[in-house]
Amino acid sequence: MAKTIITTDDVAKVGILANLPLTEDEKKLFADQFSMTIDVVNQLNEIDTKGITPTSQVNHLENVTRPDVIDDDRVLTQEQALSGAKNTHQGFFVVKQILEKDSE
Amino acid sequence: MNKQIHELSVVELLRGLEDKRFSSVEVIKHYLDRINRYNGELNAFLHINEDAVKQAEAIDKLIASGKKPLGIPIAVKDNFLTVGMPTTAGSLVLKDYHPRYESTVTKRLLDAGAIIIGKTNMDAWAHGSSTETSQYGPTLNPWDLGRLPGGSSGGSAAAVSAQLVPVAIGSETAGSIRQPAAWCGVTGFKPSYGRVSRYGVIAMASSTDSPGPIARNVEDAALITSIIAGADPYDATSSTKEVEPFRELLKRKDLKGVKIALVKEYLLPTMRAEVKTLIHNAAAHLESLGAKVEEISLLDPKYSIGVYTVVMRSEVSSNLARFDGIRYGHGRARFGDEAKRRIMLGTYTLSAGYYDAYYKKAMTVRTKIVSEFENTFKDFDAYIGAVSPGPALKLGATKNEPMFGEMEDILVEPSSLAGLTSAGVPCGFVDGLPIGLQITGAQFTEAKILDIANLYQKSTQFNKFPERYQK
Amino acid sequence: MKNTTPIIGIEVHVELTTNSKMFCGCPADHFGKSPNTQTCPVCLGLPGALPVPNQKAIEDTIKIGLALNCEINEETHFDRKQYFYPDLAKGYQISQYDQPLSHDGFLTLDSGKKIRIERVHLEEDTGKLQHTILNGERVSLIDFNRCGVPLVEIVSMPDISSTEEAKEYLKKIHQIVREIKVTTADLEKGQMRLEPTVNVKITDASGEHLTPLVELKNINSFNFATLAIDYEVKRLVAEFEKTGFTKKGGNKSTRGYDSVKKVTFPQRQKEEANDYRYFPEPDIPPLRISNSVVEKIRTELPALPDVIIENLVVSGVKLPDAKIISKDRLALEALTAYPGFDQTKLASFIVNKKIDISGNITSQYRKLTQIGETDTGKLSAFVEKVITDNPKVVEEYKKGKTGVLGFLVGQVMKLSGGKADPKTVSTLLLEKL
Repeated sequence: MAKTIITTDDVAKVGILANLPLTEDEKKLFADQFSMTIDVVNQLNEIDTKGITPTSQVNHLENVTRPDVIDDDRVLTQEQALSGAKNTHQGFFVVKQILEKDSE
Repeated sequence: MNKQIHELSVVELLRGLEDKRFSSVEVIKHYLDRINRYNGELNAFLHINEDAVKQAEAIDKLIASGKKPLGIPIAVKDNFLTVGMPTTAGSLVLKDYHPRYESTVTKRLLDAGAIIIGKTNMDAWAHGSSTETSQYGPTLNPWDLGRLPGGSSGGSAAAVSAQLVPVAIGSETAGSIRQPAAWCGVTGFKPSYGRVSRYGVIAMASSTDSPGPIARNVEDAALITSIIAGADPYDATSSTKEVEPFRELLKRKDLKGVKIALVKEYLLPTMRAEVKTLIHNAAAHLESLGAKVEEISLLDPKYSIGVYTVVMRSEVSSNLARFDGIRYGHGRARFGDEAKRRIMLGTYTLSAGYYDAYYKKAMTVRTKIVSEFENTFKDFDAYIGAVSPGPALKLGATKNEPMFGEMEDILVEPSSLAGLTSAGVPCGFVDGLPIGLQITGAQFTEAKILDIANLYQKSTQFNKFPERYQK
Repeated sequence: MKNTTPIIGIEVHVELTTNSKMFCGCPADHFGKSPNTQTCPVCLGLPGALPVPNQKAIEDTIKIGLALNCEINEETHFDRKQYFYPDLAKGYQISQYDQPLSHDGFLTLDSGKKIRIERVHLEEDTGKLQHTILNGERVSLIDFNRCGVPLVEIVSMPDISSTEEAKEYLKKIHQIVREIKVTTADLEKGQMRLEPTVNVKITDASGEHLTPLVELKNINSFNFATLAIDYEVKRLVAEFEKTGFTKKGGNKSTRGYDSVKKVTFPQRQKEEANDYRYFPEPDIPPLRISNSVVEKIRTELPALPDVIIENLVVSGVKLPDAKIISKDRLALEALTAYPGFDQTKLASFIVNKKIDISGNITSQYRKLTQIGETDTGKLSAFVEKVITDNPKVVEEYKKGKTGVLGFLVGQVMKLSGGKADPKTVSTLLLEKL
């Protein structure tokens, strides 16, 4: 199996997707370490998994649901809901606006 | 000779409280003194419960009224949400975060009358096997202050080992209970996935996270597991199977009729000969107790590293997405290197074009691991092996080792991926440092595994505490 | 010679009208509530909180699937759809990816044309953003009351080829989801949101060309959807004429609709933002929907508009009347409560408001049809005369051909000038014969 080369550009793209601010040094460091990790993962290709269904849970449970009733015990007051936030305004959480419109 | 309070197990403390040999307040104060004395050098606790004495007073009133609350102190890893005490998961992203609700595990402990004496240090977000990735500084190993306690529940293991608390709660994604317990020479118990609710535990890898106790001995671990285990309507993955009174089921006097597998591949070629010898000794000891021990062959555990790396990092990348600093906590720039690395790699393995090659491939190999274990447990009650390839490593060992945790946890990852139950107990010393033995069984065979581990522990002399913290 | 055909597929989102949210016990009714007063650890995405799915929401989604002639997946599960946006508390939306609750259905338009339904799946709604300026800074205010409300996505295949069809499709979906009582689907409250995907097939001398795809986001009225599609079709054709751009992988764009200016406008999206990194939700065990559950839900379904209309037409109601009546529960009840009355006439009276359905329907109907003479003295004479005048028919009846009774009743009715009550007439005839 050919060695997987991960570039700083790849890392930068993943950083955007993961919403992580990265410095140039971090990008370089992570690119090298990424390649190392992927090499270990690539060992899995030595195992034949044709026809095998993937396992994403191991507890053998099915159809675990809750009845459609209101659980007042857990509902937070507005004050509690906002209590951990740095920036609030009249009952709302506040963030810097994300631009989504371009005027034509 | 009378034992000091900190030399007593939970079971002994309960008896003492019942016999009025000491009060809950006395117990709490004794431990608070010890924490004050030793936590400065060990950094096992991140927060101490300032109301602990007040809570013990209330417990003493209950005892006086004829009730039987636990009345003992318990330390809880800092990824369990606790109302009234901050919860940081060892990360600066959650510095000074005060939870709005109580985790199911701590709620059950509080309901049983335990006093949460403090929150213990951990690898940030439980990412690691060293407690060195904690953004509040590493915890040190009570056996050797130049060494790591293991992780991620390193604070909990060190606290029990230094006798700063009689029992602690940890959580294991793959090794995070058993490995620090092994490095600190105490007992770690990982219940089956789904046996203990994950509600209110800051998620690492949702499909393997399993809360469990780190204790002075198997008996205490069994007692605590019975309290925290059981179905939780707030965790859809928690099992509805009935919880057994594990401590009362510790009945074995021998291991006649018990079949134990010794996994050849788990005696790694790179492993020190002394560790291998200790595992063979353990096998011989189990045989002397009447068990039939047979060598078997399983999938090379190196493949579990690959599977675990992908599964865990993928789930981590998703589980940590909620920490955006908008509703609580601080911004994502505060994540440390290890968390960033894991989030990034998980994001990469799930991204378009790579999903099949990495995530799906890993999940199919996971199926193989699960079915291999299912077959093994048709013939065997348990398998044994070392918890960790060697004793505690020196401080700084994680530097520039992006796969440090995975490599150290190679022998426990397969069992975690399959959601098995496993006890880690001391089985000897190498270079004066403790080595841990894992006794691992099929899902939901907690009673059987605890029983075997308890008998092993009671018939061996490896359950020791470091000299430095005896007084 | 140039020919243009719009190719339209529509994603419809409907909020289910459940008591509680999709994965927690917070109230689902969020409209007009004070901000952030209906949240809990789960829907606010607090650390350590876990989702547990709402049983009724799952059943309601299956109901929608069945109502749209879908197949129900026996094995299904939730997936995480991951992207960062301030209104998404967990950094992912719990949705369904490769195994939706239902798939491969259809909806029939009045023309008989079938619009194929690709899938109907269940997910959770996001919070709500409000853009404003605070202390000179452009900010968004976030309210998480809506976050976690059950949301069903109905995805059609691109089988719609005109704005008229699009409007009819949407109205029918709206009618169906209301009829089966899973949602009030109030468009003004955002309980039903529309996202048409549009492109155009252009046939000219050089052959067939497909324009790039455009996804029109979050439209909340049928009229705006129609206007937006119309605008977009024209714009795409004009763009093609100017640039010659055709559909390729990666040149799909997203546009919004400005209902004031009546134009669509581009919405900028980071290229990477579309990589949703779906993977199976590890916090929720998979669902297995057994056949018996599906059949039980099927029996709970009320008759759907298409079926009601068909039944009405079979019973004699004219199609335009049947369509009107199918949408009016009271009218439908009034009509079907009197199967003895001429359904064509009764339906027409109801539709044309000649009958007040809240009043006495029998007397109004009789008055309008001017029949109802039940005086047996008068009628006996007519009956006698008809029996005497039709010896052959009477003979046939006596041999067992009871079907001819209708003919004899008709003859009596004729003699009475249509005023006789047919029921009394047939009783009298039976007596005499």
